[in-house]
Amino acid sequence: MIEVSHLSRFYGNHRAVDDVSFTIASNTIVGFLGLNGAGKTTTLKVIAGLLPPSAGTVRVDGEDLADAPESFRQRIGFLPETPPLYIEQTVREFLRFVGRLRGMPASEVEARLPEVMTRCQLAGREDWVIGQLSHGYRKRVGIAQAIIHKPKLVILDEPISGLDPVQIVEMRRVIRGLAQECTVLVSSHILSEIEQTCDRILVLQGGRLVFEGEGETLRARNEGSTVLSLTVRGAADVAQSIVEAQADATIVELTETDGDLLNIRIELTEDHREALIHALVHAGLGLRRLEQEGDELEDVFVALTKSASLSGGDR
Amino acid sequence: MNAVLLLASRELRTYFNTTWGWIVLASVLLFDGLFFNIFGLTERARYSAEVLEDFFFYTSGTVMIGGLFLTMRLIAEERQTGTLVLLESAPLSAAQLVAGKFFGAWGFLLIILACTTYMPALIFVNGKVSAAQVGVGYLGVALSAGTTIAIGTFASALARNQLLAVVLGGAFTLSILICWFLARFTEAPLSDVLAYLAIWDKHFQPFMRGRLNTENIVYFLSVSFAFLLAATRAMQARRWQ
Repeated sequence: MIEVSHLSRFYGNHRAVDDVSFTIASNTIVGFLGLNGAGKTTTLKVIAGLLPPSAGTVRVDGEDLADAPESFRQRIGFLPETPPLYIEQTVREFLRFVGRLRGMPASEVEARLPEVMTRCQLAGREDWVIGQLSHGYRKRVGIAQAIIHKPKLVILDEPISGLDPVQIVEMRRVIRGLAQECTVLVSSHILSEIEQTCDRILVLQGGRLVFEGEGETLRARNEGSTVLSLTVRGAADVAQSIVEAQADATIVELTETDGDLLNIRIELTEDHREALIHALVHAGLGLRRLEQEGDELEDVFVALTKSASLSGGDR
Repeated sequence: MNAVLLLASRELRTYFNTTWGWIVLASVLLFDGLFFNIFGLTERARYSAEVLEDFFFYTSGTVMIGGLFLTMRLIAEERQTGTLVLLESAPLSAAQLVAGKFFGAWGFLLIILACTTYMPALIFVNGKVSAAQVGVGYLGVALSAGTTIAIGTFASALARNQLLAVVLGGAFTLSILICWFLARFTEAPLSDVLAYLAIWDKHFQPFMRGRLNTENIVYFLSVSFAFLLAATRAMQARRWQ
């Protein structure tokens, strides 16, 4: 269990993190989301024990970072955006060194190595010099160093930045696998990634926590007014009459394409999506495409961060 | 203690695994050998003790300069390449971090120093010097090397990059070297303080003449400790204790 309570951090007069509080249950993957400069990295560095907070507390399983920073650090694994690697060493040598540095006996490090290699998909690269590895593999070695000592909490700062699509898919698998043995805090400014990888999302804007919950809950915030975009096969007047018969549904746009296909955009002020679609299909209109506009998490996120900026005033 | 040894041994191995370590090692040995050839092996008749004294004189200089170039990468390079976070996020104190770095670099410098022993050995075999003078001279060079490493470690802990680290380290070392000179132009009690602080003039010269004085040993150890403590404080200021 990770508890962050009223955490603030100033750089001179600039408040980078402002009274942030949240709790994370064990073995969950939590996404830390925010635009560049939102305070994500600062918050993560404070939680990792790298930066002292100006105010507030961080606890892992009830232990306060301020009380015993060294034993606290033993419970945490941290991967910054640029993996901290000694590129002249081989993967095995490097992980041995990090394991010993984090207080593990040599025999324990040796026993742990195969497990870490498998979990981080590094099998076959153990004796490669890190400097010769691709960016994707270096990120994996970065994760391996963060979990070698079996930490309770692993913090990954922008783990997918700079990766190609194939590497991103592999990294997603690696991160999901980590939750079997520890709690994972992942930061990113890419929403789709966070949504696909994480169980919960925390959104940070201007140093403040503006949302905490699941991706679905974040979406639900945008569901007061929905625009459905659909393509149907049938007559325009039939489609029009059906939509107008539905309460709270308004046709925003209706265009006929070649053949007998209709592109219709319908605004719903209440959630009557099921009833509308049911009526269209029962009237004999062939439903070819259905899309909900404004459903993209990006849209919700932009709306959320904009409203937070406005309510934040001139701070 | 294990963490200090672990860090020190990694640091030592890094010098042997990187071009930089070999460049410093080769440069110190090259210049030391050249100076020995030019000043030691002259046609002019000289006492062996004087030749040995000269050897320790220029060896102290080459080793001190070599030490500054070794320490510039200690912490500043890790900060520059982003690997310092690996050490700062590990469960080890700032004092352990600084001590591990210091002993690693000092160990490497002592290995370089060990490679110079063929020169005093030549004097010892072909001339007439006491083993005590050789031993005491080497102790002095080792202590002054340790002090330079401590000064360099402090500079490296302060600096954002390696260039700044070597410039800062050089400036600190030079200040402490020219204290004797400044003492001439100041009045007591400042001149007394400056004269006492002079690392080479006041405290190193007795070693090269084979004179072992506890006061000088204490001086080198205390200056080294003071700079290592300052380096520790500089590291502590940057992270949560």
